[in-house]
Amino acid sequence: MSLSDLLILLPQAFLLVWASLLLLVDLFIAKDRKVITAILGTAGLAITLGLTIGQWGSRATGFNQMVVADNFSVFLNGLFTLAGIVAIVIAYDNMRRTGIHKTEFYALLLFSVAGMMLMSAAADLIIVFLALELLSIPLYILAGLAVPRAGSAEGAIKYFLLGAFASGFVLYGTALIFGATQGTSLAGIIASIQTGAAELPLLIIGAALLLVGFSFKVAAVPFHMWTPDVYQGAPSPVTGFMSIGAKAAGFAALIRVFSLAFPSLAGQFAPIIAVLAGLTMVVGNVAAVSQTSVKRMLAYSSIAHAGYILMALVPLADPSAAGNSTASALTYLVVYGITTLGAWAVISAVENADGDDTSVRDLSGLARQHPWMAAAMTLFMLSFTGIPPLAGFWGKFYLFRTAIEGGYTTLAIIGLLSSLVSAWYYLRVVVMLYFREGEAGASRAPSIQIATVLLALVILALGLFPSSLFRLALQALANGVS
Amino acid sequence: MTNLLNPLVLLLLIPLAGTFLLWLLPGGRKSLVRWVALLTSLIAFGCSLWMLVQFQSMDPGLQLGVKLPWLQFGSTTVHFELAVDGLSILMVILTTFLTPIAILSTWTAVKEKVKGFMAFFLLLEAGMLGVFLAQDMILFYVFWEFTLVPMYFLIGIWGGERKVYAAVKFFLFTMSGSLLMLAAMLWLGLNQGTFSLPQLEGVGGTVPAAAGLLFSAFALAFAIKVPMFPLHTWLPDAHVEAPTAGSVILAGVLLKMGAYGFLRFNIPLFPQVAVKAAPWFALLAVIGIIYGAATAFVQKDVKKLVAYSSVSHLGFVVLGIFALNPLGLQGGILQMVNHGLSTGALFLLVGMIYERRHTRQMDQFGGLWKVMPVFGTLTLLVVLSSVGLPGLNGFVGEFTILMGAYTSTAINYTLAAILAATGVILAAVYLLHMYQHVFLGPVTQDANRSLKDLNAREILTLLPLLVVSVWIGLYPKPFFAIMAPAVDKLIALVQPFLTVVK
Repeated sequence: MSLSDLLILLPQAFLLVWASLLLLVDLFIAKDRKVITAILGTAGLAITLGLTIGQWGSRATGFNQMVVADNFSVFLNGLFTLAGIVAIVIAYDNMRRTGIHKTEFYALLLFSVAGMMLMSAAADLIIVFLALELLSIPLYILAGLAVPRAGSAEGAIKYFLLGAFASGFVLYGTALIFGATQGTSLAGIIASIQTGAAELPLLIIGAALLLVGFSFKVAAVPFHMWTPDVYQGAPSPVTGFMSIGAKAAGFAALIRVFSLAFPSLAGQFAPIIAVLAGLTMVVGNVAAVSQTSVKRMLAYSSIAHAGYILMALVPLADPSAAGNSTASALTYLVVYGITTLGAWAVISAVENADGDDTSVRDLSGLARQHPWMAAAMTLFMLSFTGIPPLAGFWGKFYLFRTAIEGGYTTLAIIGLLSSLVSAWYYLRVVVMLYFREGEAGASRAPSIQIATVLLALVILALGLFPSSLFRLALQALANGVS
Repeated sequence: MTNLLNPLVLLLLIPLAGTFLLWLLPGGRKSLVRWVALLTSLIAFGCSLWMLVQFQSMDPGLQLGVKLPWLQFGSTTVHFELAVDGLSILMVILTTFLTPIAILSTWTAVKEKVKGFMAFFLLLEAGMLGVFLAQDMILFYVFWEFTLVPMYFLIGIWGGERKVYAAVKFFLFTMSGSLLMLAAMLWLGLNQGTFSLPQLEGVGGTVPAAAGLLFSAFALAFAIKVPMFPLHTWLPDAHVEAPTAGSVILAGVLLKMGAYGFLRFNIPLFPQVAVKAAPWFALLAVIGIIYGAATAFVQKDVKKLVAYSSVSHLGFVVLGIFALNPLGLQGGILQMVNHGLSTGALFLLVGMIYERRHTRQMDQFGGLWKVMPVFGTLTLLVVLSSVGLPGLNGFVGEFTILMGAYTSTAINYTLAAILAATGVILAAVYLLHMYQHVFLGPVTQDANRSLKDLNAREILTLLPLLVVSVWIGLYPKPFFAIMAPAVDKLIALVQPFLTVVK
């Protein structure tokens, strides 16, 4: 290990050290001053964000080509750290109101973010596995943070068992690929495919197992069963963070592995991913319609959105479409991330003090007392639906366009029609907010209110100036992935 | 900066600026909010007149254009492209003309959340103007979908008893059509490397295999919006539940977006398919005319009656458009304006009586002529205009359409025109039937004896509509003149395929 190796992993290493110290420091902070822990956690993420942005524009590999720092990793790391910061802001208020203010939350969240950042930097399947564990284990604990609430315990156990199962798939896939190519580094795998030394059937089976493992993480149908229970049971701020963080990390691995290491397998995998995407969009949206709990509804909606993003990974076999398609996936990830964080922020603010499940009906009449929260939630729902001129529309625009460009018009039409279904349940939220009389209240803490409104403004701004984000996503792919 | 001084850009910016201004105002000062909204819409109307002054009516092409790159994807660029031509200019002016009237009609009808109402109304105006001005497919789609949001809230918050059902149904119906349209737009834009409408004229010929499907995708979106039979079921719900001003705009402008879509997309982009599809569209239009009229006749709720009459009248518009000859198209476009004026006025009248009696059931009225003579007179004028009495606007539009349909080589069966003509008679039946029930005979209900006649503000909201109705009825020439060159240009695109078929 040399200094340059360490520089590549500097943001991740810094965050891990900071998180470990935070665990210790937290012991010495008085109970009524735990806001300091939250601030320290935020500061750690902010510094990490700065460190990772410093890596923009260059490409370097380290630790015997096991990790890489390039624009792609910086782009995603930015998303992870910002999501972490928003999650802390949301969580501080929510956890205090619902009486589960356990300050391990902050350190665990930081560990998880570090795992996600390692995932985006992984250039070796072993690192992919390591990152997967590092990001997942803290999330298992976070999901159970609200124990003794039964839902939280159930969610945590379920998440842990199915997560472990998924890790098994990834590990087994890695083993098979190692058998097929005598290596686990992505560069080595590429070389082995190119020279023809790889055992193709074994490699394909291995890659398929990896796909299964990652599909668990991004909650693609039919590997989505855990999602509604976990999303419903976990404390809302944790769910908000999970819904973007874990999903984006899964997609980071998918994009890294399938567009960097296996471009020659893209042809074989295109139909499989197309079926996954179609199923995920349809099942996610249709199942969301009948949900009465807002949290379950958003869980199914997050499944559906994973389907949209998967759609962008179908045309990877077509070199002229591949660059745009990956950039579309990244763009949508960011747009989805902002929207989902916003929606979960509102749920966290509305949630009762006893932390009971929030039903769609519980949002009735929110607009009366909390016009800003209601307006922001409306923007999030309309953006999820894909109504122009909000960011969600352009996200879908890019995705559907890339699917059509790659020749998958039918898939795009399935996606478009399933988003019609989604309009039904997103509109139901708006109906509750504005059209129904009710006494819904929400937290008046300025932190959560400001965060929500800011996220809504970003959705609006990205909607009016849509090209900037896509251009950034293209740059993120400029040195490395494709 | 020069782009900002373009009348079309200003037309979009004025309502948006008004919305922003409203947002800054305190919601409690309701009359200030109302005045700001009214003035904004009047300024927008003035701006549209300024546009009219600069418009060269002899020029068949797009005018006063603005084109700025908006976003890039691969090799194709989406532009912020606005322009106006003879097909759209009347729609633009209709929009800016009806909006202040609709706002004025809410003066006493909307008492709660006035600020929100006005803000959504101005947003809606901006969206509708954008639909008529956009010359880039994606920009068109953005405005097209965007109009759903303010209308959804207008119905859902300020609507009647079944407002939630109506609002959601309106939203989902329209969206179901437009999503396939988006797919068609994306496919077309990718295939041709441009989203710019002027560059896509006659594009159907270059993609013969897909032209039929693309045509259908666009047609579905527009047919739902118009609405054509059998896709009309959202309309009565939306119309009945919407607040009066919302119904006025819904009937007056939003439905026209569908008919305009046929003119802007289906016919110029796929003339060969349009020619083949014309007989079928004529058939659906005729069914719509008769079905709408028959259903209107049996309604007991006056507002529902007017709503179904819209289905019937829009059938005429579609019949005229798919006659694909100058008479039919000109009549169709003029009838779009006429329907906006007369149905807008009818909804205003229904709103006025509803405000007084809080019912719209016909059997609750009778003999109103004696109590409210001014109201009775104005209603009679509007009813006659809607029926198509010679000398008023409806006659000019419907007569031209029927002439066009009768002589159309595209439709090719005169039965269409003949059956459609019975629609004119049916309109007289259901509207005069309604008039008789509500206004003539003795006053049967005590509650009606003390009704106040229209006040000055209410007369002022109706007067502009009536003046223009009479104007079109007596001297329609300027209206035909302004659209004729653009219509001829459109016909020129279709003509080659008409002769092939014959």
